[in-house]
Amino acid sequence: MQRNVLEYLEHTVHIVPKKVAYANEETGFTFEEVYHRSRAIGTYLSEQGHSKEPIVVFMGKHPRTIVTFYGVIYSGNYYVPIDEEMPRHRIELIFKSLNPKAVICDEETGKLLETFPFEGAVYSYEEMIKTPVKEEVITSIRDKQIDTDPIYIVFTSGSTGIPKGVVACHRSVIDYIESLSEVLQFNENTVFGNQTPLYVDACLKELYPTLKFGATAYLVPKNLFMFPLQLVEFLNEHKINTVCWVVSALTMISAFGALQKEIPKYLHTIAFGSEVFPIKQFNLWRNALPHARFVNLYGPTECTGMSCYFEVNREFALDEMIPIGRPFKNTEIILLDENKRITEPGQTGEICIRGTSLTLGYYKNFEKTNEVFVQNPLNDAYPELIYCTGDLGKYNERGELVFVSRKDNQIKHMGHRIELGEIEIVANMLEEMKSACCIFDNDKKKIVLYYVGDITTAQVATYLKEKLPRYMIPNVIEALGEMPLTSNGKINRVLLKEKYKSRMEK
Amino acid sequence: MDAILEILGGLHPEIDFNTCNTLIDDRIIDSFDIVTIVSEISDEFDITIPVEEIVPKNFNSAKALYAMVERLIEE
Repeated sequence: MQRNVLEYLEHTVHIVPKKVAYANEETGFTFEEVYHRSRAIGTYLSEQGHSKEPIVVFMGKHPRTIVTFYGVIYSGNYYVPIDEEMPRHRIELIFKSLNPKAVICDEETGKLLETFPFEGAVYSYEEMIKTPVKEEVITSIRDKQIDTDPIYIVFTSGSTGIPKGVVACHRSVIDYIESLSEVLQFNENTVFGNQTPLYVDACLKELYPTLKFGATAYLVPKNLFMFPLQLVEFLNEHKINTVCWVVSALTMISAFGALQKEIPKYLHTIAFGSEVFPIKQFNLWRNALPHARFVNLYGPTECTGMSCYFEVNREFALDEMIPIGRPFKNTEIILLDENKRITEPGQTGEICIRGTSLTLGYYKNFEKTNEVFVQNPLNDAYPELIYCTGDLGKYNERGELVFVSRKDNQIKHMGHRIELGEIEIVANMLEEMKSACCIFDNDKKKIVLYYVGDITTAQVATYLKEKLPRYMIPNVIEALGEMPLTSNGKINRVLLKEKYKSRMEK
Repeated sequence: MDAILEILGGLHPEIDFNTCNTLIDDRIIDSFDIVTIVSEISDEFDITIPVEEIVPKNFNSAKALYAMVERLIEE
C-alpha cells in the first residue's frame, strides 16, 4: 500500500528519468533532476536537525519551488508555500501563526526576507541542492513516516482577519490524486498547463499527477493571463492538452474573442471550478473544442482539493448553472439542514463531506478546527469526522448536486476563497477609519468597499494593497457620509447592495 | 484622454496614470483590471477592441491606451 506521495516519484524516475517533469518558459527539470535535487534538499534539512516541523518555502513560481516542496517532504517535515506576491502583512501573520524555525529562499526572496523580523535559519535552494545525498538518512526518515503525517500547510482567508493554515497529510493527498486522475483520465501523455499559484492547494492537480504518470507540467507565466492570444499561443507551442483552471482564466480567453482567432488545438481535457461558469462563455469553449471533455470540479481546501465532479454531457440554457455533480470515489456528500438532519429530497442543505480526503484541520487552531470538522451527526456509535463546508447545495431532478450559495459572508473571487469580513477588519485597522463594509457584486464580480472616515479613497487603496493579497483588494472603494444601519444597529448590507445597484444602473 | 484616466483612476486611485508607463511591467494592473478596462473603454467610446489589440504594449500606460482607442475609432 502506498504510504507516501514521494513513492509516485520513486516509481516514475525509473521509467522516464530523462523526461521533463516541470517546466516554465525558460527551463525544465527532468524526473531525474527532480529526484536527485529533492533528495539533496531532504538530506540537507535533516542534517540541520529539522524534523516534523513546518518549513516555509518562500520562493517565486518556478520548477525549483516544486523540487523544494518534495525536498521538505523527504526531510520528514512539511512545506508551507508563501509567495513574493503576498502582501507583507499576510506573510507576517503566517510567520506569527507558524513560528517556523527555517525558511527556504531563492535569490530574489532571500533579499526580501531580510526586511522581515525573522530570526530563524534561512536556507538557499542553490546551496541545498549541492548537498551529497545520504541514502541512509533518507531511508531512515522514510521508515518512520506514516501516511497521516503532514505534507503541507496552505493558508486560506479567515473571517477574524487571521488566515487559517490547513494541514494535509499523505493519505488525503494520495486519496485525492487517485480519484482525480481517474475522473480526468490523466496518463503519461498528459501535458498540463498550470495556472494556479503554488501557494494554494489547487496546484496539487498538476504537481502530483505529473509524478504519478510521468506526465509533464508547464507553469504558465502569470502575465499571459492578461493577454488571451499570447496565452493560446503558449498552449499550442507546448502542446498543452490538459488544463485545470479557474473559470475567470478561461472566460478571459473566450470573452475577448481569442478562440475565433486561434484555437488551443491540443486541449482535450478542460477542468474548471471554484466559480460559476457563465453558459454563454462556456458555449464558446465547447463550440471551439467540440471533442474535448469539460469537467466542473468542486471542493474545499479542507478536503485536500476537490471533492465533486460533473462532466458536462448536455446543453445548458443561458440561465442554468452547471451542476457540481457527484462525489469522487471514497468520498460522500451529506446535505444537512439547520438541525443537522439529512434534508428532504430537493431541499437545500449544507454540503458536508465525509472521507479520507478530509485534511487534518487548522494548524494550532483547535477552536476553529472543531467548529467545522465535527462528529458525523448521523453516527452516534463511534468517532467519525465530517467537514462542514458552509456551502449550501441541493440535488436537482436528475439527482445531480448543485451549488446554491454560501451560508455566510464568504465569496469566491478570481478562484480564491475570500471572507469579506477579513477585508473589513483590515480596513477598520486604519486609524482614520470609522466604519467599513464590504459587499460583493455577484453579476460583475466586483468587491465593493463602503467606508466612513476622514481619509481619501486613494489612501485607503494604498493601505489595503500593503495588507491584503491582490485578489482581496476591493475593485470599487467609495466614501460615505454615514453608514446605513439596521434597526438593531448593525450595518445594513442589504441597503448598501441596493445603493450600489441603483448607482450602477444610472 | 480624460475618460481613460477616469476609468484607470477608478481601478487604482493611488496611481498617477498621467506619468506611469509601466502598468504591465510593474504589475500594477492585473487580468481582472484588463477585463474591466476593455469593457469600460468599449462602452465609453462605442468601439470593439479586437483580441489582437489586447497585448502588453497597448496597456502599459494611459497614453498607449488612448493611442489605441484613437486608432480604432479612425478605422
